[in-house]
Amino acid sequence: MANAKTGIVIIDTGCANLSSVKFAIERLGYQVSVSKDKNVLTSATKLFLPGVGTAQEAMQNLADRELIELVKSLTQPVLGICLGMQLLAEFSSEGNVATLGIIPGTIDPMSAENVRLPHMGWNTITANDGHPLFKDIPDNSYFYFVHSYALTVGSDTIATSVHGQPFTAAVNRDNFYGVQFHPERSSAAGQQLIKNFLEM
Amino acid sequence: MLAKRIIPCLDVKDGKVVKGVQFRNHELIGDIVPLAQRYAEEGADELVFYDITASADDRVVDKSWVTRVSEVIDIPFCVAGGIKSEEDAARILEFGADKVSINSPALADPSLINRLSAKFGVQCIVIGIDSYFDEDEQEYKVYQFTGDETRTQATKWTTFEWIKEVQKRGAGEIVLNVMNQDGVRCGYDTVQLSKARKICHVPLIASGGAGEMHHFNSVFKEADVDGALAASVFHKQIINIQELKNYLKDQDVEIRTC
Repeated sequence: MANAKTGIVIIDTGCANLSSVKFAIERLGYQVSVSKDKNVLTSATKLFLPGVGTAQEAMQNLADRELIELVKSLTQPVLGICLGMQLLAEFSSEGNVATLGIIPGTIDPMSAENVRLPHMGWNTITANDGHPLFKDIPDNSYFYFVHSYALTVGSDTIATSVHGQPFTAAVNRDNFYGVQFHPERSSAAGQQLIKNFLEM
Repeated sequence: MLAKRIIPCLDVKDGKVVKGVQFRNHELIGDIVPLAQRYAEEGADELVFYDITASADDRVVDKSWVTRVSEVIDIPFCVAGGIKSEEDAARILEFGADKVSINSPALADPSLINRLSAKFGVQCIVIGIDSYFDEDEQEYKVYQFTGDETRTQATKWTTFEWIKEVQKRGAGEIVLNVMNQDGVRCGYDTVQLSKARKICHVPLIASGGAGEMHHFNSVFKEADVDGALAASVFHKQIINIQELKNYLKDQDVEIRTC
């Protein structure tokens, strides 16, 4: 029987800054590997799709690694973080690039009227009642955000936040989950969210 | 609502945390990792590590401690000091830093800001500005190489022109350090910061002068900065971060309390 604390894989998107996600998972007592190997990815129990940088660069990296179709076909729980969440949508206007198309909607610049961009810092979220990703996380908990583009609130949105206007803070469709904030840098609330995902 | 950030700054020299008065006479404060951990537990919103010797000594910050910090810290942190190229920045980010802060190298080659923000995204790129108010000329001026007394010098830039320039080039955040106030704990320069705020459309972080809790309240209310950075008041435990945040919340400042 597979040990539930193994088989966790961070998809190597070629972006810098994968290690903070790795360390956060390790702090919870789990083993985790970083891989772009197809066999490793398809046999994983849980996958993380991180991302820092631009949508264009991240999609190019996934294409170079021939991972686009593979990621779309995954049936295990996948958690996209920040840009990784945005890649789950259909299209990003950051570089006008087609993204994975797993979740309906497009990634658009946040409204700059009366708000400073990037949206950088700790903001509160409102999560759907009883969603397992937000189990044991108090209402109005703060999470750490860093982004200038966002997904409009839609039918797959499971948590919202507001910066100038409401946007999707977290999303879920089937086995795909995404968070716009950085749980690995969101103190106790973020740690709980990663734990919830790993325990699903 | 987006919370105002409290940001302890750890000046790093030879792998240890130090603090000087007005950038001079550095005294040893302690080891990096335990201090970073303590601040995270007390409720710091973010940490900044400045390797103050790096730019002056022409070397990149020692990287091993960046990983050690990233392993234990669950809040964002930024590393500054001697980052002169895309390769330097990539290394620091790979080791687990969330942001890199560029100061003197951006003044030496402003196109570095464009290249870094294109490669890593504007959200990773912080520009640190050391500003000094020249009483004779009644002008705010940008200084460079402030880590080394013998090399510290004025640049051709006025502070406000440089703030505009770095935003055009892709700065994702600006830390404005007011040298006249640094280490003397008489309060932030809210006059200068208010002027900077008017032309700064990216997050603006105040630095230099924090001495008492009401200084934080003033700088958030009067200058509307996004974060306030301080060093000695936290190192010396003159101000406890948790108490500071409770106080600011009582003053109706939007703040994340733990």
